Amino acid sequence: MKLITAVVKPFKLDDVREALSEIGVSGVTVTEVKGFGRQKGHTELYRGAEYVVDFLPKAKVEVAVADSLLDQAVAAIVKVANTGKIGDGKIFVSNLEQVIRIRTGESGEEAL
Amino acid sequence: MKRMSFLSVLFASVLYSHGAWAQEAVATVNKGDTAWMIVATLLVALMVIPGLALFYGGMVRAKNMLSILMQVFVIFSLTAILWATYGYSIAFTEGNAFFGGLDKAFLKGITPDSMAATFTKTVYIPEFIYVAFQLTFSAITPALIIGAFAERVKFSAILVFTIIWFTFAYLPMAHMVWYWAGPDAYTDAAAAEKAAATAGFLFQKGALDFAGGTVVHINAGIAGLIGAILVGKRIGYKKEFIAPHNLTLNMVGASLLWIGWFGFNAGSNLEANGLSALVFVNTLLAAAAATLAWVGAEWIIRGKPSMLGATSGAVAGLVAITPACGWAGPMGSIGLGLAAGAVCFWGVTGIKHALGYDDSLDAFGVHGIGGILGALGTAVVADPALGGTGVWDYVANGVAEYSMGTQIVSQAWGVGVALVWSGLVSLVAFKLVDITIGLRVSEVTEREGLDIAEHGETAYHL
Repeated sequence: MKLITAVVKPFKLDDVREALSEIGVSGVTVTEVKGFGRQKGHTELYRGAEYVVDFLPKAKVEVAVADSLLDQAVAAIVKVANTGKIGDGKIFVSNLEQVIRIRTGESGEEAL
Repeated sequence: MKRMSFLSVLFASVLYSHGAWAQEAVATVNKGDTAWMIVATLLVALMVIPGLALFYGGMVRAKNMLSILMQVFVIFSLTAILWATYGYSIAFTEGNAFFGGLDKAFLKGITPDSMAATFTKTVYIPEFIYVAFQLTFSAITPALIIGAFAERVKFSAILVFTIIWFTFAYLPMAHMVWYWAGPDAYTDAAAAEKAAATAGFLFQKGALDFAGGTVVHINAGIAGLIGAILVGKRIGYKKEFIAPHNLTLNMVGASLLWIGWFGFNAGSNLEANGLSALVFVNTLLAAAAATLAWVGAEWIIRGKPSMLGATSGAVAGLVAITPACGWAGPMGSIGLGLAAGAVCFWGVTGIKHALGYDDSLDAFGVHGIGGILGALGTAVVADPALGGTGVWDYVANGVAEYSMGTQIVSQAWGVGVALVWSGLVSLVAFKLVDITIGLRVSEVTEREGLDIAEHGETAYHL
């Protein structure tokens, strides 16, 4: 099993959710996050006082998938979250040791 | 605004007692004027709560939102009581050229039948609504000051400062600028001279201030500047992200200020007549012109037109037209508004950063600088040659000959006295408060935010 952590533009969140549903992903966790990458921040000006906003808002999507679904899921996210402009975000993939469904106690891929 | 009654009421009642001749010139109150003054008073109250509170509150960080709302709300309540107990009497009864007397302390002797003079002979309004109308002016002025040192001063310190400043800066300024015996005292040259001698110091100097450019705006602006310098900069000023937390509320507040300002300015005519309509138009146009000027300057110099720039511009235009609104023509008002937008933009960007003080919400940059520009500009736009109305001569019952040079000198007296008097009173008042209870909150409180530390509440639970 793998954990996909995708940081995407907030307005791409719905597209990502739809694309993942279509390939059979049954659940995701979403967090509003801030950060910086190559896009860096922007400046804001209030009555002449200039502030550099270093951290920009992004949506973090966490998805646990079976190994067999990994490539498809990653491809789906890349496809819909891409605008071609700097700031589209990143996808991190890591190994997932265990998953447990709290209601039934099922574990492993059955719990996904 | 302005003028007070009792000499003129006395005079009118003397007329009344003299039978037939007097019946033509009897002092009267009419329902139209009374209804308008009740509405105008409501509009000025609306400027303070919630107008100014939201305008200012939107500009601070979320952790200090309630501290601003509370300061404005409680200053409004506090000054209302001070006004009724002694403020009205000191500002608007005869005394010397600087302070009135205590004859009407606790509103003694004022009844529903008491009358206050307007700017027209024999036309009066009920004194109670005049008391209330003027109360709202005395309430907004100290509330304007707190913007200069927002986000770092103790609530208790602000209340004590308000009491001292209201008593020794607001009341004498109001008396100096606005107290006079009323138009009915100006029957002939000799009577006029006698009546003029009882008027306030700046009234005698011929300084024009229709709705409070010196009494309200310069007065508050310089007090704010002194406060900002004495209290010192906010922690993290120019290092951390200290940006307005809610420009939506700032815009709501600015709009309420703009709407309320029609009561402030047009209400200051004390009657519902053609001049009030001119004042209304002048107020509207000056604010619109200043909005465009500020936004335009910002767009050219900084690259983007901002919402905060638009609201700041509108308020700057309203401040500048305040002293001039009863003497300017519509085109003069547009000119004054354009100047105010550009000059105040420079006030909050150029001058503030060059001198390095932290006037958090630009009480001085907008109200002080806009007030000075408006006071001096009044001499220009009042000129009949430039579409102004000129100045009425109550003895000749016509427009007096107008000299812009002479008027600028009179206006400069108003500006100078306001800056020096209010500046000195503020200096002493802030020092006194600092020595006794301390002006500034602790660093921990400032970091945490005044809402939790001073008021035990938070503005938003999101």
